[in-house]
Amino acid sequence: MRPDSHEIFGRRRSRNIGLGLVLGAFVLLVFAVTMVKLSEGQSMQGFDHTLRPSLLPPAEE
Amino acid sequence: MSDTDWTLAARAHEPAFGDYIELLKPRVMRLVVFTAFVGMVCAPVAVHPVIGLASILCIAVGAGAAGALNMWQDWDIDAVMRRTAARPIPSGRVERGEALAIGLTLAAFAVVMLALFANPFAAGLLAFTIFFYAVVYSIWLKRATPQNIVIGGAAGAFPPMIGWAVATGGIAPESVLMFLLIFVWTPPHFWALALFRNDDYRRAGVPMLPVTAGDRVTRNHILAYSLVLAPIAIAPAFTAIGGPVYLAGAVVLDALLLVGAARLWRRDPDSASRDRFLAEKRFFGLSIVYLFLLFALLLAEAALGAAGLTPAGWPVLV
Repeated sequence: MRPDSHEIFGRRRSRNIGLGLVLGAFVLLVFAVTMVKLSEGQSMQGFDHTLRPSLLPPAEE
Repeated sequence: MSDTDWTLAARAHEPAFGDYIELLKPRVMRLVVFTAFVGMVCAPVAVHPVIGLASILCIAVGAGAAGALNMWQDWDIDAVMRRTAARPIPSGRVERGEALAIGLTLAAFAVVMLALFANPFAAGLLAFTIFFYAVVYSIWLKRATPQNIVIGGAAGAFPPMIGWAVATGGIAPESVLMFLLIFVWTPPHFWALALFRNDDYRRAGVPMLPVTAGDRVTRNHILAYSLVLAPIAIAPAFTAIGGPVYLAGAVVLDALLLVGAARLWRRDPDSASRDRFLAEKRFFGLSIVYLFLLFALLLAEAALGAAGLTPAGWPVLV
């Protein structure tokens, strides 16, 4: 019996593969959502401790 | 410690990926995903499919997190009940602390991601739902009162409201009706289960209604809640999410539910034990089909509406 063929290694491998697939799917999901939000024209900027005129509401006439 | 001891110790704490998935209660998650999806699709605001998929995944993960926290809290009850003894914690495949860590992490993760993917209101509702199930129901009510399932049922009733909030960012009479539908459906559904799992609950010390008030009172309650549930199931037909197809289906399903509830009401422990709780088990199964089909009918109405097949003169009261 090979040392790495024990049942424990099988379970550990299933955990590693499962977690890898979940993380990969999450990266794809965030990428897809980002593309959708950008293509819909949503603002991707946020407050970062300085005044950013592009985030101010448009001035009334 | 010998090599054999190390091997045995490692085997006890070496969960497979499927054990962690089981911790998230995938069967409960299916109903949550379905009802949240229906809530989102029925809403008057269209959601981009990618945003919708991402939001439903967040709701599913949030529900799973609540399930893990419930298993962390209820490990002692689960261990003595036949229905739950094979769950990951009582069977020794996952440690209790792991379930807590996974539950808390996934809960925070799901709420934050839903706020980013959809909107803060939907995320707030999801956070409240997880809190309600894990703390109000699991920690506080379940072991304290026979009304546990009545109040705790709210946790399972929120997903369609969250789905609706993903689309609209708010609450509407239609989403409240979907909430009420699951909220009033939950007690008779679980009391039917408790009737034929009474020994389990008694052994575990969970104060379900058959344990504290007896068989007769439970059957009365099942009938009374079914009578309240029937008109609530009809009500969505006369809102913007309903229509004639939903109404026809809801009337048939209500009739089946009420006949089943009346049959349970006429029985007693002797007649139930003679046929091994056959009618109670059938009512439990019927209640699952009942809720699933009601939401499927709402989905059908949404599809008909999208195809422009809604009748023009249909009365919409709300």
